[in-house]
Amino acid sequence: MNSDNTYEVPIGPIHPALKEPFLIKFKIDGERIVGAEAHPGMNHRGIEFMGMHRNPYKVIPLSERICGICSIVHQHMYVTAVEHAAGIEPTNRARYIRVIMAELERIHSHVLWAGVAAHEIGFDTHLHFTWMIREKVMDLLEYITGNRVNYAMWTFGGVNRDIPKRMYPKIEATLKYYEELYGKLEEIFLGDPSIRLRTIGVGVLTKEDALRLCGVGPTVRASGVRKDVRIDQPYAAYGDLDLEYQLPSLYGYGDTGDIFSKTLVRLKELVQSIDIIRQCLDQMPDESINSEPKMAATLNKLKKADGEGIGRIEAPRGEAFHYVRLKGGKEELDCWKVRASTYNNLATYAPMFMGEQIADIPIIAACIDPCIGCMDRAEIVDVNTGKRREYHHEELHRLSVKKTRDLLGGVER
Amino acid sequence: MPTTTIYTLIKQLFTKKATNPFPVKYAPSNMHGAAALIGSGKVRINPPVNIPKNFRGKMSYDKDSCIGCKLCLKVCPSEALAFKDDVKKVKHYVSRCTFCGQCADICPKDCFAFTDEFLMAGTDKYAEEMVIDP
Repeated sequence: MNSDNTYEVPIGPIHPALKEPFLIKFKIDGERIVGAEAHPGMNHRGIEFMGMHRNPYKVIPLSERICGICSIVHQHMYVTAVEHAAGIEPTNRARYIRVIMAELERIHSHVLWAGVAAHEIGFDTHLHFTWMIREKVMDLLEYITGNRVNYAMWTFGGVNRDIPKRMYPKIEATLKYYEELYGKLEEIFLGDPSIRLRTIGVGVLTKEDALRLCGVGPTVRASGVRKDVRIDQPYAAYGDLDLEYQLPSLYGYGDTGDIFSKTLVRLKELVQSIDIIRQCLDQMPDESINSEPKMAATLNKLKKADGEGIGRIEAPRGEAFHYVRLKGGKEELDCWKVRASTYNNLATYAPMFMGEQIADIPIIAACIDPCIGCMDRAEIVDVNTGKRREYHHEELHRLSVKKTRDLLGGVER
Repeated sequence: MPTTTIYTLIKQLFTKKATNPFPVKYAPSNMHGAAALIGSGKVRINPPVNIPKNFRGKMSYDKDSCIGCKLCLKVCPSEALAFKDDVKKVKHYVSRCTFCGQCADICPKDCFAFTDEFLMAGTDKYAEEMVIDP
């Protein structure tokens, strides 16, 4: 118990409300949350460090494994970043196939999230229902790529596997399945009175807070922020396609930023993804899927390449970012930095938790669709003792002042 | 009161089950015992779900057409391939393979191909069938 009559309640690193290791420390006054502090760093695997000891081709399958379900997202960003650094252009057909795959994954991710959100507020039947319908899109991904997860679809200059005309009927059938089921999903998640009670007015993120804390993706679009990399800075084939920011105000709801509007935005994006895939199938040009059919030639080009590149894409959870630096004559990546969307959205936890009840913690924690495996990139490990620790702001400031003093002392001597 | 739940429940009683009981209907208490029973023909194995057309299973290696250019070693993300200097051929450790298919893509002679085999679980990663040694 603190001096101001508040209690501190840690949730995590291992807790039923969280699907991945992560720690949030809450300050509780009675039943109300008066403070929340996020402590990431429990799921660090050193993937960037591993990547910097391999050549660019070896990192493609590694980047795929940063996240359990966004394997397409990280591959897409990494490949775009390297292509940017080395000046490789993918073919137009490959750009369209990349969009189709990315949108299929968005359907997959949003349906999965809806199930997790329902589970967090106690509707396990809805969890089973959404995970049942998610099987269809996983079957489709398996049909296109050959595997259910870790698709190994991306390569420099294009994609590994084509989507020929014979696959269109099955893709169309799956899209139709989701279109028919959408009404039911809307009825469950937007019409059900008990779900509305648990979601309307809970975990509110105001537009000001969303802009101030640099949140990304559906989390801030629900607050009315017009922010979507697919429209703001089109990549792959998104420049040719017709799409619109999905805001709750488009559908006659307020841009309130509560959990209800976040659910609404995700469900509407599901419909939008179906529309985008249809547009892609119509417009896809007939050409090669890779600009350089000889992989060995690209490998040599990458060895000589010198420069830095970025890959910025709209993941299902929001904008994510990869930075790659290549050095001429060096086979391995010179630098690789991953910034996943959860890293930004984590900051929005603080205003969302404020004033809510302890019982609302699981659903608010789930509402940004956190992916800790993607996010955890930095941790301080003491090499001599093997101990892990986190540095707080004051401590860092003290260390910084000490270093300045040490440096000044060195000059004086 | 007839609700959607009851309707769905009744409907599900008559639909085909999504779960395929594999390899046998009920999980055996002893996997080795079950394998022995299947081997002796006393228990019939439940066929697995059909795999997709371009499934990436265990690798097959055509050692005769391999020219020993070592390109596959350069793109293997999990170091599953090792070069045998004496015969100038490639040794493949199946247990380390991530089935990304980059070796098959880069090979100028198309020595690598993916088979449909996916039953590779075992206790010895250096067992005879887990190492393709030319």
